[in-house]
Amino acid sequence: MIKHLLSMDQLSADQITHVLDTAEQLRSVTDRPIKKLPTLRGRTVCNLFYEASTRTRISFELAAKRLSADVINFSADSKSSVAKGESFKDTAWTLEAMGVDAIIVRHSSSGAPHQLARWVKASVLNAGDGSHEHPTQALLDLFSIRQHFKDFEGLKVSIVGDVLHSRVARSNVKGLVTMGADVTLVGPPTLIPPQAAGWGATISHDLDSVIGDVDICYLLRVQKERQNEQLFPSLREYAALWGLDSRRQARMKRDSLVMHPGPMNRGVEISADVSESPRSIILDQVSNGLAVRMSLLYLMLGGDRPDSAGTVPELSEQLV
Amino acid sequence: MGRSRASSGLDFALKARVMEATDVRRALTRISHEIVEHNKGTDDLVLVGIRTRGAPLADRVANSIASFEGVDVPSGALDVSLYRDDVALRGPRHLESTTVPVDIDGRIVVLVDDVLYTGRTIRAAFDAILDLGRPRAIRLAVLVDRGHRELPIRADHVGKNLPTSAHEVVQVHVNEIDGEDAVLIGEVQS
Repeated sequence: MIKHLLSMDQLSADQITHVLDTAEQLRSVTDRPIKKLPTLRGRTVCNLFYEASTRTRISFELAAKRLSADVINFSADSKSSVAKGESFKDTAWTLEAMGVDAIIVRHSSSGAPHQLARWVKASVLNAGDGSHEHPTQALLDLFSIRQHFKDFEGLKVSIVGDVLHSRVARSNVKGLVTMGADVTLVGPPTLIPPQAAGWGATISHDLDSVIGDVDICYLLRVQKERQNEQLFPSLREYAALWGLDSRRQARMKRDSLVMHPGPMNRGVEISADVSESPRSIILDQVSNGLAVRMSLLYLMLGGDRPDSAGTVPELSEQLV
Repeated sequence: MGRSRASSGLDFALKARVMEATDVRRALTRISHEIVEHNKGTDDLVLVGIRTRGAPLADRVANSIASFEGVDVPSGALDVSLYRDDVALRGPRHLESTTVPVDIDGRIVVLVDDVLYTGRTIRAAFDAILDLGRPRAIRLAVLVDRGHRELPIRADHVGKNLPTSAHEVVQVHVNEIDGEDAVLIGEVQS
């Protein structure tokens, strides 16, 4: 298994399948009275979060604890040494000096996990970097899809919304394309990056023309703070053209699914009734995140002591 | 242990076939009778085979007991990979499902494995079982006991005691996985 998980580019279809198969077995632990395994006893995992997060951080923390690793949570807020001006590199070296085995990092700058992996001996897992990637989200999404569809080959997946700023979209496109799915990116032209043509996905600006044909409609969060950038006229108009409401959902195929990485803006990209409809597997995505992150920690930390060099892959060009 | 070491990519040079299909069948039949005799019946019995090859053996013991007692004893499978003491040394193993079909609280769990060697797999199995519940007792049945224990563990029911040297490898083949029933002894060629 790879030492660092920085990008979905690193994983072949076989490796992805291995991660998902392992997660499948680990998921059963969640149903037992004793939900803990001794496997990573004595290992230390640090959550290094420079950006707000609820589900990703909690899910990583719980995954590490379920495997008996010790967990340190570090948030770059007013209570940490970052408030005193400590640099990213110094923080990395501090963690290194404490002897952590893995660092889960979220950062607003694309490529920060790559940089971190060059500085430290620990394994680095990217928990979201800028608008670059969020590989564990893609893996839990693939896991959630696989619970409903046996095969990814030819599966029609539409990823709808703000693709431009979405690390979730980038990681998911890579993962889905690697697994053989047929991906369409849907959104206003201002929110589809020009490089997207090279991602192996089809591009559409008209949700109504694709909705009747998809197996999965994956909605991205509208980053409300982007409104001021004039990338779309208004939230209302966005909802009317690219939001999924019950009227649009009614045109979807039988057995098709609705997904969202959270947090949701109900009434914008997804209506409240659609988010709670039987087609929605949004809560499964959250609970599956735990099993997938346990799988990654087991496969990445379960082996050799992480003092081997481990190559840091080059950053792809798709940064915004 | 011996088997997995051989299956980890090293060449296995066969020295002898020490049990054939008939021998395996007779040994499992005897073990089945011993388990029921020792338990004074089938009450509260649960058979749990240790993955990989203990699992089909547990199913066969269950079938055997059903044939002479007329009782279906529950039979499950246990993957102990996550409980092993050598995870850090040997790396993550491929995980298989753990399926124990009944609540084991207060029951008699009979662990079934193909080869008893260092005892470390059984140690891991104890922890795995105790995380699933609190059985009244845990017993151990193995097809082959090859000696060289590293922990104070012994089997209650043994198909065949097979004295070996530590550099030898014992491979158990089961029909469900390997297409034949046999016990082989050989050496690893590195």
